[in-house]
Amino acid sequence: MDSGPATSRAIEVRHHWREFCVAVAVWVAATSVICVLIWILADIAIRGLAEVNFGFLIEDVQDAGRVGGIGPIILSTGLILLVCLVVAVPLSFGTAIALTERLDKESWFARNVRRSLDVLAGVPSIVFGLFGNAFFAIALGLGYSILSGGLTLACMVLPILIRTSEQAIRAVPAEYRYAAAALGMKRTTILFRVVLPVAMPALAAGVVLSIGRALAETAALIFTSGYVARTPESLLDSGRSLSVHIYDLAMNVPGGGSKAYATACVLVVLLLAINAATALLLRLAGLHNRSTTGGSL
Amino acid sequence: MKSIIATSSLFLLCLTLVGCTSSPSTQSGSSELSGQLTLTGSSTVAPLATEIAKRFEQQHPKVRIDVQTGGSGKGIADVRLGVADIGMASRPLAADEADLTAHRIAADGVGLIVHDSNPIKELSQEQIIAIYTDKINNWKEVGGEDKEITVVHKAEGRATLEVFLKHFGIENPSVKGDVIVGENEHAVKTVAGTEGAIGYVSIGTAEADIESGVRIRLLPLDAVKANTENVASGAFPMSRPLNLVTANSPSPLASTFIQFCQSADVHDLVKSQYFVPITSESAVAK
Amino acid sequence: MRSDQSLTIITRALAVISAAIVLLIVLFLLRESTPALRQLGWSRFFTDASWHPLSGQFNLTPMIVATLVTSSGAIVIAAPLGIGSAVFVNFYAPRRLAAWHRRLIELLAGIPSVVFGLWGLVVLAPIIATFGGSGQNLLTATIVLGLMVLPTVALLSDTAIAALPREWIQGAAALGMGRSAIVGWIVLPGARRGIGGGIILALTRALGETMAVLMLAGNIVEMPSSLLSPGRTLNANIALELGYASAGHRSVLFVSGLMLMLVVSVIVLFVSRREGTRRDG
Repeated sequence: MDSGPATSRAIEVRHHWREFCVAVAVWVAATSVICVLIWILADIAIRGLAEVNFGFLIEDVQDAGRVGGIGPIILSTGLILLVCLVVAVPLSFGTAIALTERLDKESWFARNVRRSLDVLAGVPSIVFGLFGNAFFAIALGLGYSILSGGLTLACMVLPILIRTSEQAIRAVPAEYRYAAAALGMKRTTILFRVVLPVAMPALAAGVVLSIGRALAETAALIFTSGYVARTPESLLDSGRSLSVHIYDLAMNVPGGGSKAYATACVLVVLLLAINAATALLLRLAGLHNRSTTGGSL
Repeated sequence: MKSIIATSSLFLLCLTLVGCTSSPSTQSGSSELSGQLTLTGSSTVAPLATEIAKRFEQQHPKVRIDVQTGGSGKGIADVRLGVADIGMASRPLAADEADLTAHRIAADGVGLIVHDSNPIKELSQEQIIAIYTDKINNWKEVGGEDKEITVVHKAEGRATLEVFLKHFGIENPSVKGDVIVGENEHAVKTVAGTEGAIGYVSIGTAEADIESGVRIRLLPLDAVKANTENVASGAFPMSRPLNLVTANSPSPLASTFIQFCQSADVHDLVKSQYFVPITSESAVAK
Repeated sequence: MRSDQSLTIITRALAVISAAIVLLIVLFLLRESTPALRQLGWSRFFTDASWHPLSGQFNLTPMIVATLVTSSGAIVIAAPLGIGSAVFVNFYAPRRLAAWHRRLIELLAGIPSVVFGLWGLVVLAPIIATFGGSGQNLLTATIVLGLMVLPTVALLSDTAIAALPREWIQGAAALGMGRSAIVGWIVLPGARRGIGGGIILALTRALGETMAVLMLAGNIVEMPSSLLSPGRTLNANIALELGYASAGHRSVLFVSGLMLMLVVSVIVLFVSRREGTRRDG
């Protein structure tokens, strides 16, 4: 009879021990991830932050990037993003509306469109680069240009943008539509007057998220928008994006290291701002829980 | 909508700011030149060509010169296809490229680099070949420390690679590398981060990096020190011309630009990119 | 009702365009790689001695292996850490710390791959080099790749766990189960699908990564003998050589793009079919 409490105590000890081990493992996993992240950020900041100032942001690239700033690079990046969004936003909002028009059951059409978008989402960025180079730059004759780069990125962000837009539209409570329909409104009117305005912050969050993805891209741009590091005069000029500039300075220009890190600082700060903007927009949309899903896609 | 307006006004702001900083171009006599030139090719020549083009544009405000990189082979192919007006090649033209004309604008050496803690003084031709073809794998076999040799090699299509292989008479498939890199700085960073590494890069690049404290050292070749002076005098054995390549009848604008590239007006730019300017008339003719 | 009809037509047309892009990509990859495939056939890409496109050797197998090794290795690193992070923010961290942790993971998701590559090359590779060699090998590439895809696993697992019914956890706690038992027996099995989806998504992202791997993997085309041997992935191969390739070589590189596309599509279609059956069932 003595063994009873003894065993149960042994089990209890074992329980405590297991609780302790799992807790330690989880804390270690979480802490190590954060430590590595801080390590990377600190490394970039220490090597680059000293070079960043207002002049750096607006000055011309000089001496292959060793001297001067990144004014033209920021402008090119902005123009590439602009082209990308002008094409991708209408296309993906339209597609998202088409995919959400029947709320009950998936149609054959929607299922296949979605499947093809799933594949598109998995296409490696270098393949987008190959495609952009062969299709936009050569077959359509756009050459190495901001237009080629922007269009290639538009193809790349399309699946993310469609998925976030779809979520945004679906998140609008069905009662709104029923109420509007009961008032005798046409579907088009319901869409533009009721559904889209309510979904707007979440739609905008998807756009901001896509900008983040496009900003970070290098591989797809090297072979489409090219390397030219000066102020573009038209969309048919070649323009170098921030991430391509970092790569070129680090790998091609002796003594370009500190400017490469400085450019990396600028890019990371931009991405930070974009993350913050996404979170804010999603909070406005009342979709806070979904922000995590969005952030990863 | 608001966000779109905000973004576009931001762009406008950027535009104006950038516009303000670009200095008013210096006017000069021959402003009748106008048009656009596209240069493609060697990533070694591209930074130099970019700087020269910038100066040329300042003198001739109606001219626009676009410089794209992509390697010597691409430069030559693009000129043949007519995609580019001028190709850039960091090697002499091969026998099957006689349909094109090379215009030499500078010279550059290719030097072997090791980590600066490596005590090795010099390697003979045979030793280098043996190292690159995997017959020698340890520094102690060539008189160094007991340390494994990490061979840094370049990816196919790079002119540096072709100059290196040609100089030592090696076929590329017989080379056994430990790391293959694309760009010069990747090679430098790899060697600087690995005590037992050996690699080959443009001497200009290596000198620039050594100056800024990167931990690499240039090895002499055939008892000639690897530096820009010896490349300039022609004493260094493994060197190469930096060429602009055109079809046999380039446009007047292209000719003017090439003459400008070969003139003494750009020597400071050539030196600032750590290359060797051409001085003698014979070199120009080459 | 005419406007309704035109809305349907317009949006469907846009959807068709979006869906057609993938076909266009495949079409162009095929078109550009046809010269090489016609001249060389499929088999030479698997049986040649090595990869020396300028000397007529075109074996892609070592690169396919390297691509799969680095990507699956990245998952081996990212999955436990990512799931651990998700469990941490939901069950172990104090609320404020959890919010910060989520924010930092989202930031990690946004860091561009060149920045990861630069850090790996300058900081991590010299550390790995103490095991011998240059430190540019499959291991270094795998570690950095793992860090890059970790947020995908972490954030999707987080969402899946947060979506579990609160009653399950409260019920289990009421039965006297410990925290680790709840996580192990209730939470992880319950969120299995979501976590699995996150892992698959992370896998496709790892397969698609180019620049960081190019800077870190050593790029030697050889069948890897261990994690410490260098290797070249299909992505890195394209990025390394495309800019320098003339006609025939270029076509061969498109074949390597096609191969990559095949690998990724097979995985994605397999998963989306599985999800499709789940949705129906």
